[in-house]
Amino acid sequence: MQKILICALCALFLTACQSTTTKDAGAPVEERNPTTGAAGGATTAGTSTTGVGGTAAGGTQRNPLKDPSSPLSKRIVYFEFDSYVVKDEYKPMIEAHGRYLQANRNAHMTVQGSTDERGSREYNIALGQRRADALKKLLILYGATEVQIETVSFGKEKPVREGHDETSWAENRRDEIVFVGE
Amino acid sequence: MPRTLRCLLLVLCVFATGAARAQLTIEIVGGGATTIPVAIVPFAGEGAYPLSVTQVVGNDLARSGLFKLIDAGGIVPRPARAEEIRYGDWTSRGADAVVVGSMTPMSDGRVEARFFLLDVVKQSLLAGFTYAVAPAQIRATAHRIADVIYEKLTGDVGVFSTRIAYIAKQGTRYELFVAEADGFNPQSIVTSNEPLLSPVWSPDGTRIAYVSLENKKPVVYVQSLATGSRQVVANFRGSNSAPAWSPDSAKLAVTLSKDGASQLYLINADGGGVQRIATSAGIDTEPNFAPDGRSILFTSDRGGSPQIYRLTLASGAVERMTYEGSYNVSPRHLPDNKAFVFVRRDGNRFNIALQDFATRQVQVLTQGALDESPSVAPNGKLIIYASEIGGRGILAAVSSDGRVKQRLTAAASDVREPAWGPLAK
Repeated sequence: MQKILICALCALFLTACQSTTTKDAGAPVEERNPTTGAAGGATTAGTSTTGVGGTAAGGTQRNPLKDPSSPLSKRIVYFEFDSYVVKDEYKPMIEAHGRYLQANRNAHMTVQGSTDERGSREYNIALGQRRADALKKLLILYGATEVQIETVSFGKEKPVREGHDETSWAENRRDEIVFVGE
Repeated sequence: MPRTLRCLLLVLCVFATGAARAQLTIEIVGGGATTIPVAIVPFAGEGAYPLSVTQVVGNDLARSGLFKLIDAGGIVPRPARAEEIRYGDWTSRGADAVVVGSMTPMSDGRVEARFFLLDVVKQSLLAGFTYAVAPAQIRATAHRIADVIYEKLTGDVGVFSTRIAYIAKQGTRYELFVAEADGFNPQSIVTSNEPLLSPVWSPDGTRIAYVSLENKKPVVYVQSLATGSRQVVANFRGSNSAPAWSPDSAKLAVTLSKDGASQLYLINADGGGVQRIATSAGIDTEPNFAPDGRSILFTSDRGGSPQIYRLTLASGAVERMTYEGSYNVSPRHLPDNKAFVFVRRDGNRFNIALQDFATRQVQVLTQGALDESPSVAPNGKLIIYASEIGGRGILAAVSSDGRVKQRLTAAASDVREPAWGPLAK
């Protein structure tokens, strides 16, 4: 509900900012000056990006991002200790996400990099950033554009496992893909 | 633009003052090789106040690990002024110095705290001060008295009047606290349900910069201690972290990933005037200004493993400082600019070490398993850092010669990320 409220407020805010677009103020979708992205055209005003406009094939199909049989439902990449090399086993999944971003220029994602608990908090922020950047590089290779991906780092601050052993550490050394609006 | 709006909508509680929670308890776990025997005679009239000023002074001195408190009881009449001292009483007890004084109510409601520090061996007056303070300031006055005694007897500036900041984590709640150097009077200045890290005091003592993940990414804030109001200093695309103040409190060095990898920038304390100061293909982070403001120590993996480098700001020249080991991070200058402390990994252990600039000699100061986030006291004599016991975060302090060790724990809280404030003005 909060999200809906935020979207509504964002829509109003954007509308207020655009002196040239005055009609249909309440609509969630509006034209934006095509200054960003080669595709241009309709984009959503708020944070929700799926299933609206764009060049996605077949508007009646179910959301591929939520289809458990789609590689797009996979969002995690794990790393070795002190490493930001993306292992080959993740390439098909990353390719699927890169192609999806290519086909949906209005889709945006955040890649959140994380580390295990060992070492300096700030160095781990930088290491997590490096992991997120490594994934972004591959996504761009598969067709995504720079503006579609923000890479950020949680360092060792938001572990998914609290244990102090290799099993926990291995799960915490990760990149997680989060689509904007999800 | 929607992002900006959403940021505005996110609610984070910022308090000017908070409840006294996460109080730190300090215990000494190792003392200096030589201690100075000092007798502190309870001040005349101090019983009229809820707080014993001489007890606070004694605790401060004892915790430093450099003093041995000599029993001062049973001397009749109890001396309160320099001229009332019979030196024979104290030589027989083995005291090298003795402290006497008085607390006298004033007509305006304040209290006059007077004290004398005497050298028993030389039979001379070392110091004598009188303070007129509000009763609420008795604790602060005791710390000032302890600072005078410490300085007169050791030759170094005392830091009992300084403050520390630290992060306490309780469940999923993160709080940034400011407390007296002995852990008393903790005040919560930020509360968040997302991680807080890297607090650092402005050298003028008026503000604290820190990193918060409340917007689902690291963002650097600067908060005023007087008003509790805060300002976003760095919230660029990507991660914003590792704030370090310039000695004049006007600028911050920060790590930003806005142009690709994590790199070093200077930014004004109000968020303007961002300027890149170094370029590498890898990670550059954890900047720390030299006391003269001319150079910066930082961590970089440009050579393959994380090591400490020094950047000269005027020339842009970069020089590698650490060579031993494969993981040396978190550099912090000592205030005399003769050495720096850092974190080094040895096998699976992380410890605080000190490296001399001139000799490049390295001394490992701590023996914990996961010691990190060192912060140097403004007199350069103590280093406070984060450690772990039984999976729980604690703070610890070690003297820069490695001899004195203290442990600071908070009941029911993980404490971490200590930052030692500047000398009280």
